[in-house]
Amino acid sequence: MMTPANPKGIRVDLQLIADMIEPGTRVLDAGCGHGDLLEYLWRFKQVDARGIEISTQGVQACVSAGLSVVQGDVETDLKDYPDDAFDYVILSQTLQAMHEPREVLGQMMRIGKHAIVSLPNFAYWRLRLYLMLKGRMPMSESLPYEWYNTPNIHFCTIRDFVALVGEMGLTIEQSLFLDEEGTSKTIGNSVAVANWFGEQGVFLLRK
Amino acid sequence: MTADDTPPAGSDLAYANGEWTLPGERVRLAKGAPLRLDSGVELHDVHVAYQTWGELNAEKSNAILVCHALTGDHYMVEDHPVTGKAGWWSQVVGPGRVIDTDRYFVICSNILGGCMGTTGPQDINPDTGKEWGLDFPVITIGDMVRAQKLLIDHLGIKSLFAVIGGSMGGMQVLEWACQFPDNVFAAIPIATAARHSAQNIAFNEVGRQAIMSDPDWCGGNYHAEGKRPHRGLAVARMAAHITYLSEAALTRKFGRNLQDRDAVTYGFDADFQVESYLRHQGSTFVDRFDANAYLYITRAMDYFDIAQRHGGHLSDAFTDTPVRFLVMSFTSDWLYPTRDNREIVHALNAGAANVSFVEIASDKGHDAFLLDEPEFHKVLEGFLEGCAEHRGLRRKSP
Repeated sequence: MMTPANPKGIRVDLQLIADMIEPGTRVLDAGCGHGDLLEYLWRFKQVDARGIEISTQGVQACVSAGLSVVQGDVETDLKDYPDDAFDYVILSQTLQAMHEPREVLGQMMRIGKHAIVSLPNFAYWRLRLYLMLKGRMPMSESLPYEWYNTPNIHFCTIRDFVALVGEMGLTIEQSLFLDEEGTSKTIGNSVAVANWFGEQGVFLLRK
Repeated sequence: MTADDTPPAGSDLAYANGEWTLPGERVRLAKGAPLRLDSGVELHDVHVAYQTWGELNAEKSNAILVCHALTGDHYMVEDHPVTGKAGWWSQVVGPGRVIDTDRYFVICSNILGGCMGTTGPQDINPDTGKEWGLDFPVITIGDMVRAQKLLIDHLGIKSLFAVIGGSMGGMQVLEWACQFPDNVFAAIPIATAARHSAQNIAFNEVGRQAIMSDPDWCGGNYHAEGKRPHRGLAVARMAAHITYLSEAALTRKFGRNLQDRDAVTYGFDADFQVESYLRHQGSTFVDRFDANAYLYITRAMDYFDIAQRHGGHLSDAFTDTPVRFLVMSFTSDWLYPTRDNREIVHALNAGAANVSFVEIASDKGHDAFLLDEPEFHKVLEGFLEGCAEHRGLRRKSP
């Protein structure tokens, strides 16, 4: 399916997520920020798009832009939704900031037919090298935090995530990694390659 | 004089020589089929006073109903005909404003049980020819909404683009969404709750007791006795007014400042500015409000509990609702705190309803929805804009 050109220029990982979503479906973006992805999905894929966002500025921006977004905490509020309420539940760049990532992923799979998760890969070769040579917690352009102020409290690798998905009995329908040039490649069976060269991974899951 | 324009025996404000004198429209509804109240009583003749702004479009798809709060009325834009003060939502409703009357057809009606033209306890009971007084049936928020529905039907509007209201107005919004989900496109309950809490009931009871312990209340027959329970009603207003503010707002506005004096007087005059302010609030309120109406309306609020009608499950009230919701609360509102508003959101989420929720940072307390709060106005305007796009409402050409 062709995705129309995007005048807003959403982030490349958000574009990958958007491309995984069938038009006209029901979508919940858990942790939707200022609503870039939601707005794209609404305008270009005619999606019934909903969001949860914890920051006041984010929610105000979304609602002011005509998006349906609830101010709340993904960690506690997913349980309010009924089973299979959505076709897709998206969690982009947020799983590693959850206190109970496995619990959150379980809730996503309960309320959605599919879950889409994107996460930074802590086994990316530059981060491995950083830790090995400097002996300090890795920082990079996309991970600009010090160890003491990072919101990312549950870092994992692409391999870790694939293992968790297996443990939970979920099926990976599609998996991509983004290399340092921002080019997306299929993970498929080459988890080892993705785990070395992927800055982030994007997974489409189903029960 | 026909039955249609019989003046309420005790109306102080609205009639002169038997003529309805206040601005706005006033229609007689429920003539054929009576309005059946939650109490089981049937009202056969209901007057509804209302005002409209803007123009209804050809498709009749741009109508917004604004529901007023306990002591509000339908004079929300122009200066109030009795007090001369600016309309209670004049900052929000008007040409080019948040609720743009160049674009939307805006309706606001006085609630059932009110005292500004819609049938209430100060009106004539058609069965007896005398003032209702305490014989007026106890009404509910649901009854108020059914009376509004009669008005909307009378105006020939099938589906309201939006129903908006704060505080008790928000309760009416929730009732609209529950009772008439197919007649409402968007619902915006603001600073409200799906049921009155023990604390809410407690404050209302203080107000009612203040009125009923005023000897001039005369068991509710004060009009016939030629008296007015002004002191009781003023005290009720003073107590309630405190709940509309916040400690921070009171401190900022008054602190411990003294009123026109340099030292305390060792007496019970209004030494402090805050006392003087509350006394002023109380004394001006009695000029525009009826004591029995205050009793009836606060009772309706206390009885409000949507979940109770749905086996205790609020979410069951909104299952599969097609209505788009925007719930808003204010951080310093302790009368209808964010917690109460969030309960509504949780219930709507449980029904997978289309809901937005924003908590607005403000130190102005419950009354923030009536005041100049730019973030609040921005969110409200943006939400309406988004809904208009979803409903395919075209912008009025310039």
